[in-house]
Amino acid sequence: MSAQGWTFLIVGLSFSLYIAIAIGSRASSTGEFYVAGGRVPPVVNGMATAADWMSAASFISMAGAISFMGRDGSVYLMGWTGGYVLLALLLAPYLRKFGKYTVPDFIGDRYYSQLARLVAVVCAVFVSFTYVAGQMRGVGIVFSRFLGVGVEAGVGVGMAIVFFYAVLGGMKGITYTQVAQYCVLIFAYLVPAIFISLMMTGNPVPQLGFGGSLLDGSGHLLDRLDGLSEQLGFAAYTSGGKSTIDVLFITAALMVGTAGLPHVIVRFYTVPKVSAARSSAGWALLFIALLYTTAPAVAAFARTNLLSTISGAEYAKVPGWFKNWEATGLIRFEDKNGDGLIQYVGPNASVANELTIDRDIMVLANPEIAELPGWVIGLVAAGGLAAALSTAAGLLLVISTSIAHDLVRRGLRADMTERGELNVARLSAAVAVLVAGYFGIRPPGFVAEVVAFAFGLAAASFFPAIILGIFTKRMNKQGAISGMIVGLCFTAAYIVYFKFINPALNTPAHWWFGVSPEGIGTVGMLLNFAVASLVAAFTPAPPADVQEMVENIREPG
Amino acid sequence: MKRDQARRAYWSQNLRYLAGLLLVWFAVSFGAGILLVEELDQLRVFGFKLGFWFAQQGAIYAFVVLILVYVVLMNRLDRRYSRDEEDPA
Repeated sequence: MSAQGWTFLIVGLSFSLYIAIAIGSRASSTGEFYVAGGRVPPVVNGMATAADWMSAASFISMAGAISFMGRDGSVYLMGWTGGYVLLALLLAPYLRKFGKYTVPDFIGDRYYSQLARLVAVVCAVFVSFTYVAGQMRGVGIVFSRFLGVGVEAGVGVGMAIVFFYAVLGGMKGITYTQVAQYCVLIFAYLVPAIFISLMMTGNPVPQLGFGGSLLDGSGHLLDRLDGLSEQLGFAAYTSGGKSTIDVLFITAALMVGTAGLPHVIVRFYTVPKVSAARSSAGWALLFIALLYTTAPAVAAFARTNLLSTISGAEYAKVPGWFKNWEATGLIRFEDKNGDGLIQYVGPNASVANELTIDRDIMVLANPEIAELPGWVIGLVAAGGLAAALSTAAGLLLVISTSIAHDLVRRGLRADMTERGELNVARLSAAVAVLVAGYFGIRPPGFVAEVVAFAFGLAAASFFPAIILGIFTKRMNKQGAISGMIVGLCFTAAYIVYFKFINPALNTPAHWWFGVSPEGIGTVGMLLNFAVASLVAAFTPAPPADVQEMVENIREPG
Repeated sequence: MKRDQARRAYWSQNLRYLAGLLLVWFAVSFGAGILLVEELDQLRVFGFKLGFWFAQQGAIYAFVVLILVYVVLMNRLDRRYSRDEEDPA
């Protein structure tokens, strides 16, 4: 069977599985729609959280990005896992004890203020939309490359599937499909990684093969990669290019942003009790770590393969995958000196570079580059789709919950019946799917740019407000609201200035203290903490019942 | 009165655990993976430069272990707390 035949088969099977699960787990109450009735076992929730969290970016783009960034890629590896320690230790157990459905619920009740609730709703919806557009785009790319259908048709199929289980099943449907999607995506990620590790180093464990010796006798993989890189005018792979302060701030912003993302936090409301919220965070990180420790190995293997096979090769004799991906525009070759050879070199080389490679293909084309069988290629396509769909569904749920629960029920119409609220939730999920699909087909030019936004804003707004709400009884609404607003405005202004208003100045020389827009969320967070504490010190303490509530969420059980 | 005391003891023990675990969290990621990465790179372990290994592998393993330790410690503390609370003495 051809690779495309396999792809149709595997993707088709995985989609039927998701639909079957969705039919089996329809939600009948708002509790089931928002938090799956609060009865999800910790291991299951851990797996669902892992699928929820690992998006098209983690699956498709991350290893590729690392393979071009070398050691600097560790900002993603540490940033997107270290946040779970913060989540498990500082947020999840207390929010579970609080026991309501959403992050804006907590902010609104803890700070006894509709304004605080509204600020939180706006942040949650904005962060989630930013993120979901990228997922739908990922679905479109996988469909167009592997199945030969247009991006529009691909996004359409993706929307139909997500619509089916998110709108009908709510959190209950999403949770159980996410478990299936995790299994598909982790299998699809590990299989090619194990094959390639075996082929290159003889070690079946990619995490170990990463440090092992190459089978062709040219020494340690990483030494060979450093050597090849320097020889071709790139920086050594295991050395960093970013300044230490920037790496520090970006890592911190990603960690804190992860812990503050509403679609991740809300998953911890679905488990039965506080101790389950703690262990569930541990399971989630374990399942995530499986992919996150494999990714840097894949990155190093792919980079070594690329440098040793393509650089200096004759263009007329390149392997088939090169032409396949050239047709999609993700690889571009321009024979500047007309010698028929591919000069793929770095900035320190004496000749001009002739090859441009999109980072995304490092994972997508990896099975072809390593000449793996057709079913592995189909598997990677199914895995990419699972990663994108599971994250999209989680985000859509946050959007619909924020609108139906936080805005309409708690904000505008407190007299609404549960049935009415459920209908509003379904309707807003449906509208959100359509909007996300539209962004997937016609992506606004800024999609890639706004990822920094999502993390920066989550770090600068939610995280300090929640932490202060749990760990200080004295924090009041004046402090929390002014902290959130200052953190948000500062972070947004910095990113908008360097990314949109004046991109020409987006260089280390112009950044404040050498902190890039990706890392500025950390500064925003610190500002939020400072402003909130200062304002709270000069304004009245929160009412007694709120202080009692804080006492209560600190208690176990 | 007894209940208030138990509550306070529970919370301060919890904070002590958090401080210790977060210290390790900072040391393995920001410490070994970023601030001290060049120094640790002088050492080689299993084919890796040590600083590079922490930045791309070790920190992640440590995070998983940290949450595991936290879960065990807190479950124990929860049990002790519910005993203290019921104890009439």
